[in-house]
Amino acid sequence: MEEKKKNVYTISVLSENRVGLLHRITIGFTRRGINIESLTVSNSEEEGVHRYTIVVNDTEENVRKLVLSIEAQVEVISALYHSDDETVFQEIALYKVPVNARHNGRGIEEIVRNNHARILALESDLMIIEKTGHKEETHELYEKLKPFGVLEFVRSGRVSIVKNTKKFVEYIEEKEALSGT
Amino acid sequence: MQKQYPQLLKDALRTNFKIELMELVKNTTKTEGPDPMNKAASNSKKTGIERISGAEAVIKCLLEEQVKTIFGYPGGAIMPIYDKLYSYQKEVHHVLARHEQGAIHAAQGFARVSGEVGVVFATSGPGATNLITGIADAKIDSTPLVCITGQVGSHLLGTDAFQETDVVGISMPVTKWNQQVTKAEDIPEAIAKAFYIARTGRPGPVLLDITKDAQFAELDFHYESCQKVRSYIPNPELEEEQIKAAVELIDNAKRPYVLFGQGVILGEAEEELKAFVEKTGIPAAWTILGLSAMPTDHPLNVGMLGMHGNYGPNVLTNECDVLIAVGMRFDDRVTGNVAKYAKQAKVIHLEIDKSEIDKIVKADVPVLGNAKRSLSALIAAVKPNEHKDWLQRFHDLAAIEKEKVIDTDLYPTKEGLTMGEVIRRVNEHSKGDAVIVTDVGQHQMIACRYAKFNSSKSNITSGGLGTMGFCLPAALGAKLAKPERQVVAVIGDGGFQMTFQELGMALQTGAAVKIIVLNNEFLGMVRQWQQMFFDRRYSSTEMVNPDFVALAKSFSIAAVKVEDRDALDKAIKTMMEYDGPYFLEVRVEKEDNVFPMIPTGSAVDEIRLD
Repeated sequence: MEEKKKNVYTISVLSENRVGLLHRITIGFTRRGINIESLTVSNSEEEGVHRYTIVVNDTEENVRKLVLSIEAQVEVISALYHSDDETVFQEIALYKVPVNARHNGRGIEEIVRNNHARILALESDLMIIEKTGHKEETHELYEKLKPFGVLEFVRSGRVSIVKNTKKFVEYIEEKEALSGT
Repeated sequence: MQKQYPQLLKDALRTNFKIELMELVKNTTKTEGPDPMNKAASNSKKTGIERISGAEAVIKCLLEEQVKTIFGYPGGAIMPIYDKLYSYQKEVHHVLARHEQGAIHAAQGFARVSGEVGVVFATSGPGATNLITGIADAKIDSTPLVCITGQVGSHLLGTDAFQETDVVGISMPVTKWNQQVTKAEDIPEAIAKAFYIARTGRPGPVLLDITKDAQFAELDFHYESCQKVRSYIPNPELEEEQIKAAVELIDNAKRPYVLFGQGVILGEAEEELKAFVEKTGIPAAWTILGLSAMPTDHPLNVGMLGMHGNYGPNVLTNECDVLIAVGMRFDDRVTGNVAKYAKQAKVIHLEIDKSEIDKIVKADVPVLGNAKRSLSALIAAVKPNEHKDWLQRFHDLAAIEKEKVIDTDLYPTKEGLTMGEVIRRVNEHSKGDAVIVTDVGQHQMIACRYAKFNSSKSNITSGGLGTMGFCLPAALGAKLAKPERQVVAVIGDGGFQMTFQELGMALQTGAAVKIIVLNNEFLGMVRQWQQMFFDRRYSSTEMVNPDFVALAKSFSIAAVKVEDRDALDKAIKTMMEYDGPYFLEVRVEKEDNVFPMIPTGSAVDEIRLD
């Protein structure tokens, strides 16, 4: 049964690619006072279909009703929600660190190697480090790099994939098969 | 011609209004001659290519969708469309409101009484924002509307141009779908989609915002009606398993109970509903939007649900063993305290909108689909039955309510007039055949409780949004949709003053609406709550009202005021028989309350009779 306890849920939405649809989707959150923890929107592999990955922290009951209201929107193809153990998910973080820092302490290269991060770009006065992982992991690296004087740290929203064998295009085909008068 | 117009109109009003006015319009159009643009279009038609402006395409698309009536108000950004409209006066009747809110409520009344899509025109900026209340009302009450707003030229979008507003953004939370159109060639497809989305599935309002340059630009006109949108399932497939499960529950129920809402009307399932309850012998109660879907005097129609509904239907909600909800959404005004709502019952929910299932009340057997299809499937499978003892429970409680509430409402012996006796008199003269349109508040609850209906689509009220000011324009729209029907607007003195400017619409169209203002010189429902829950502190609810009769007369509408019981019946008879719009003010008791009542936070079976 649905618990009243709050949990992290990942909401995946497929929609037509149209001006204003993001607004139509976020209205559901605004109405119910549900905060968006992270939001990633991009083209999917299907042309003209956008994919939204939205992370929230709320009760399953609230999330279920929210997702149904999103799916009820005319130009939304599908809307689903999953708990963390049903999905594989990642975030990407970029760190901008001054280059002279390499000579401080234990050295940045070692931290980068030990944390499965990589140096993405190296300029005369700065370097850009990239790490993908869960929020806790990218944050941990931030904490480690902090003593070297991180100039800027940016983290993406979550991207997530469900652990089942369903093909992406099936979501679209299923909906389309039932559409029409 | 222009100088003669007011005088002709006055003459028309004094004599036989409708015929004269039609003559007048005919004469007017005759003198104007053919529109050169229109002529060009018809010439090019012969060669098979129709090159027309976006504005003309809008009108042609509406004609393709069989639109014959448009409610609206012109302004700068929609002028090209209004200019083209001038050439199509024979094909389509534009009803000029006095405020855009009046236009959209009229379109709602039109749609609700006819089952067709209501069409509204408004200009950009304030014209469009004035529509928002009506759009929100239509959204929550599932009324199909296509609103077309003009927008500033596309090169001016986002520049804070004169009368520019982000109408698509503002209307998004309250529309079923909306879109801005900035290119003339996109107009036909957008309009086709708009009509399709507005009227299919769970109906609702849609809005198209068309920039002025798109109205002026030309396109090769071609219209194809929309048949599907791939991301949208208007008519879900019935699930056999769910029907089976529902039948199992219904066949074995000892105290089954049907609650029906507007889904029956929108799904045109009135006959199926009747057949279903007749075959199974199940008592049926209605939400105020479901009212009139089943004749009020049908032996299995046990009455009204909700806060001011009937005693039995509310109390017995918490005694039934199987609750069959048909096309209704368990509004909080229906359920009272939902934690104490029908907890003992197995719930079957017939519903077309998936997002309504399990939203408020958890369904043991959800049946997704159109009410007509779902009920047909049930009728075929359920066994014939009757529930005499259970039905008797409703009759027993009805007798208590009659004695404690209804008799004194309908046949008062005190000096002051009651709203209930006014509705009773209307019933006596309408014989249940009138369309009753109401606003929101005490008069609405009384009208819904006591009005008699023989046929569907006859009760029009602002349910979900509770919009004061809805009634008068909605009644005018209803009358314009169904001129052959008697349309009675029942309004409170408060709500009337929110949109009484639409008496102008009555004047200009001659729509013969019978307007009853139940004047208690209070915002009655708020006052009732102040009395009951706020220690009689009547904060800003007492109204100093104008001379309503003089006001109506200033719009050349026949008007009478009634203050005594002796004059009431004759006044209502005169009103109902009058050929033309008519205004009747009835001075009712100032501090009457509506009972029964389920106070906020109470359960349906804690309903109070006094």
